[in-house]
Amino acid sequence: MTAVFEAAPAKRDYSLVGRDAEHALQLGLASAEWYKCDIPRARLKQLVKRKDGPAIRDTLIWGLSFLVTGGLAAWLYPGWWSIPFVVAYGVLYGSSTDSRWHECGHGTAFRTQWMNDAVYHVACFMIMREPTVWRWSHSRHHTDTVIVGRDPEIAIMRPADMVKIASLFLAIPQTWATIKKLFLHASGKLDPEEVTFIPEMERHKIFGIARIWLAIHAAVMLAALYLGSWLPVLLIGPLPTMYGAWLHVLTGLTQHGGLAEDVLDHRLNSRTVHLNPLLRFLYWNMNYHVEHHMFPMVPYHALPALHAEIKDDLPPPCRSLRAAYREILPAVWRQRSEPGYHLVRTLPKRAAKVAAE
Amino acid sequence: MTQWIDVCAAGDIDEEDVLRFDRDGKTFALYRSPDNKYYATDGLCTHEQVHLADGLVMDHIIECPKHNGRFDYRTGAAKGAPVCVDLKTYPVKVEAGRVLLQVG
Repeated sequence: MTAVFEAAPAKRDYSLVGRDAEHALQLGLASAEWYKCDIPRARLKQLVKRKDGPAIRDTLIWGLSFLVTGGLAAWLYPGWWSIPFVVAYGVLYGSSTDSRWHECGHGTAFRTQWMNDAVYHVACFMIMREPTVWRWSHSRHHTDTVIVGRDPEIAIMRPADMVKIASLFLAIPQTWATIKKLFLHASGKLDPEEVTFIPEMERHKIFGIARIWLAIHAAVMLAALYLGSWLPVLLIGPLPTMYGAWLHVLTGLTQHGGLAEDVLDHRLNSRTVHLNPLLRFLYWNMNYHVEHHMFPMVPYHALPALHAEIKDDLPPPCRSLRAAYREILPAVWRQRSEPGYHLVRTLPKRAAKVAAE
Repeated sequence: MTQWIDVCAAGDIDEEDVLRFDRDGKTFALYRSPDNKYYATDGLCTHEQVHLADGLVMDHIIECPKHNGRFDYRTGAAKGAPVCVDLKTYPVKVEAGRVLLQVG
């Protein structure tokens, strides 16, 4: 259950080098201590235990799904019957890669580190997130989750811009930003915000990968020209990233959408949503988002067990994607004109007492 | 001047686990490896000053609980982003069932 709270409207500055970045530092919101549910160390050790098995199984199914959908799409192209396979391939390419990027970036999906790295790089290419930049931006997202001026991954900024939010579903702003950044990085430069969270010793990797990616994209376009067919660019590059993005945006916006900014408790700024098994496979259980933020060491396959362990100390999860959007949409709609408005989570009595103390 | 400090009983640290130890405003992490050897490093991650004792020991790796940065606790070597700076290590010995840490 949620209640709503109206704070004084304020024009926020989401830039990492702007007024609110300074403000967050002054208020002690940067690199702060966050609330954590109590969980016995012995139990936590069981939950964080790494395994290769589940992720190898899931990655084989995932790879096979690419082959089947991509193969049938290519075989049936340009007939109408190729469309459902192109759509399914797009969801794999532009959406399921979000969770692979995420879990392998944390290094928790597989026990064996090179497997995490390999899947991470493939997923990054498909979803067009430069691997080094996004590793560091996500690290900051975990340090300063939804702290304005600190978190580079706030998806819905206030006042909410509905046109911009709608365009996320086709990955228009994300893809355009990445294309511009690839040229910038290939020239050996970073933008000023990236300088704030990427250490100097890591920057050479960004420049090298940007050049490799641009070369691959150029090769795919040349192949399309040589073959006189759209098929290569339909299956590899920005197009499938864009036409397949809608599902990861649909699930991703539930993570923090409509909830509080500038709080040091993931139960108040993150959302857990129950999803069906197919969506949980595509999303690698990231719907357990409060749990993930509180205990990022726990691999995706153990998140349901972690949820069961701490659920009494969490606000009730949303029962479905539809239930999540039933609270998100009205809140975000209202944030167009009332940027101070957000949903407030009702904490369990015991947890609320601890939080107050 | 270096000195050996009695930290705990050898059995206080589980195999493949880590224990936090604070002294004189400094925090240390003591490890017991799967091959039953003891090691010690600075207790805070070099990335964001998070207590490593809340992290995960896997073989000879300690993983930071906040951002999953990894170090080889035998050498203190940072194993990749988001950790770039090595941990300081300290000599450890076990005598009469007690774990001793050398600081100074």
